[in-house]
Amino acid sequence: MAASEVASPGVRQPWNDPAARPYIRLERVTKSFADFVAVNEVSLNIFQGELFCLLGGSGCGKTTLLRMLAGFEEPSSGRIFIDGLDMSGIPPYERPVNMMFQSYALFPHMSVEQNVGFGLKMEHRSRSEIADRVAQMLKLVRLAELGQRKPDQLSGGQRQRVALARALIKQPKLLLLDEPLAALDKKLREHTQFELVNLQEQLGVTFVVVTHDQEEAMTLSSRIGVMERGRIVQVGTPKEIYEFPGNRFVAEFIGSVNMFEGQQTADDEGLLRIACPELERPVQVANGIASAPAARVWVAIRPEKIQLSLTPPQAAANWTQGQVKEIAYLGDLSVYLIRLASGKTIRVTRPNVRRCDDQDITWEQEVFLHWHDSSPVLVGA
Amino acid sequence: MKPAVQPGGSQRFGAAVRRLSGAARNLPPVRWTQALLVRLGVRGLRGRTAVIAVPYLWLLLFFLVPFVIVLKISFSEAQIAMPPYQPLLHWAGDRLADIRLNVNPGNYLYLFEDSLYLRAFANSLQVAALSTALALVIGYPLAYAIARADARWRAILLMLVILPFWTSFLLRVYAWIGILKSNGLLNNLLLWLGVIDHPVVMLQTDFATYLGIVYCYLPFMVMPLYANLEKMDLSLLEAAEDLGCRPLRAFISITLPLSTPGIVAGCMLVFIPAVGEYVIPALLGPADSLMIGKVLWTEFFNNRDWPVASAVAIALLLVLVAPIVYFQRLQGRASGART
Repeated sequence: MAASEVASPGVRQPWNDPAARPYIRLERVTKSFADFVAVNEVSLNIFQGELFCLLGGSGCGKTTLLRMLAGFEEPSSGRIFIDGLDMSGIPPYERPVNMMFQSYALFPHMSVEQNVGFGLKMEHRSRSEIADRVAQMLKLVRLAELGQRKPDQLSGGQRQRVALARALIKQPKLLLLDEPLAALDKKLREHTQFELVNLQEQLGVTFVVVTHDQEEAMTLSSRIGVMERGRIVQVGTPKEIYEFPGNRFVAEFIGSVNMFEGQQTADDEGLLRIACPELERPVQVANGIASAPAARVWVAIRPEKIQLSLTPPQAAANWTQGQVKEIAYLGDLSVYLIRLASGKTIRVTRPNVRRCDDQDITWEQEVFLHWHDSSPVLVGA
Repeated sequence: MKPAVQPGGSQRFGAAVRRLSGAARNLPPVRWTQALLVRLGVRGLRGRTAVIAVPYLWLLLFFLVPFVIVLKISFSEAQIAMPPYQPLLHWAGDRLADIRLNVNPGNYLYLFEDSLYLRAFANSLQVAALSTALALVIGYPLAYAIARADARWRAILLMLVILPFWTSFLLRVYAWIGILKSNGLLNNLLLWLGVIDHPVVMLQTDFATYLGIVYCYLPFMVMPLYANLEKMDLSLLEAAEDLGCRPLRAFISITLPLSTPGIVAGCMLVFIPAVGEYVIPALLGPADSLMIGKVLWTEFFNNRDWPVASAVAIALLLVLVAPIVYFQRLQGRASGART
């Protein structure tokens, strides 16, 4: 199936190993507030050392799920196991879990050192041990010089690192991060993403990250759980999620996609033929799963997997033609919006390989669009 | 492309301008104030300065000027006349050089000579301090409960705290007389319940004084505390719990230190008026209670010794200014660290 196709040898994939014991196990966890179901029957396994992202739009229940792991919310039904222990009824201060809050929640009346050392102070560690470990942790997050400052004397990025240090000082086996990078600007965010991944690999801590930013999820995670309206709709590696989206929602939520409705007309040796009313010619799909002949299917094609040319391709399928309506130059790539005869607008991206190479295709020009058999994906509604 | 001009657009615009300028002409107070300020030589006055000037003028007229008058009287000598004190300046002859400055620091020395005043000051400070502490002990849980209550209930609960203000202060104090007197509501209730077999003397005791002060000033404690606790970021408590901190410990190490500004503000709002309080000890307290407010009243109205009364007032002000300055510096340091 799809997952095994993209699995690269050498990379540890405990989720494909039936003998591996999950570090976190959620069993049909549901959380409802009054008449609103925030998390709906979620079952999920997360393994030791993973960097797992819960991805979804606002209000999809991802933060509620994280708060249930931390112990701030109790599931309405279902059970949560961390390291084999049932967590029901265990308060946050007794869980082997630490959390980094979206607002960072740094104590404003304490210095950076006091903030970072708070967790150890609660464990009644000796003064010298606290000082040593705080210094060590501040060095790790490169804040050694700022130990005496108060949180409001720090920049956003520094605050983020204090919050991370404070959450890591108790050496938790599981760290929960709620939108860890949302408050940072774009450049700093990209930089911090890699820092976070490095730190996670260095310490071997299991990270569960909540984010609404699909790019962030793609960069950070070993696996992504895509959430929609309280349910997990797909779990997989970034590559699986992007290349083999499980349904229309996932396909449209992760990256951008061109979606065509159609019907399967032929199935010869793994090559499916789909008739789409919006395209003049049939679509051939090399890696789809055959469905009942008359069933309605959705064909998803990513914008970067469509090629543009000025001459018609010599093929019976997998191409169409249209008029260039819009060109957006983004520097590294350009986005073309092309209107087909059927009225449907298709999005195509082309990398700008050569400098100032925008002579060949311009506005209002008739162009041909074609793609390889392996590019389209069939998804359920 | 030129924006499309609506038919009659320019006429409408003109009418609007005329309406606006007409409205400006109908604002005499503003023009009057402006003209006055220009005549006073305050040129280049911008809106901001003008706005700041209003409270300053108010303070100048209704605080600083009366204060200077009281200060002046406190250094003069009493006499049986109208007004009952001697002027500070008087002419011994006809020439300008004959001006004699008649400053009398004796009123202040007198405050130290007669132990009555020092005892009254000490007693007032003690009553105010204890009342403030009691108000804090009662007010903090109250403010905390309101701040953490369901958002729907907060406004109602807060209303219940403010509601007594809708009745006159004096009436509320008189009401306590009705409750506390020997055949009052409380004694009758306790007798009826069988807790006591003869009435307990509650009115005109120190207990009644404390009760009255705490009751009357409790809202001043609750309000700033509520304002502080309500805006506290609750994720801080979650962060503390997450780091292994039990709820009670989280309250002590997070909530309490963060609510210091509210505690200081509430304590000052209760302590300062309580020190100079006259009505409550006069109506509810023992007849021989030594409160500085009562001493001030006696000096002014019974003894008609305006200079000594003024000296008492000035001394009271000094006693109160010291803690205010101290706490303001404390808060200034706390907020200064935040910038």
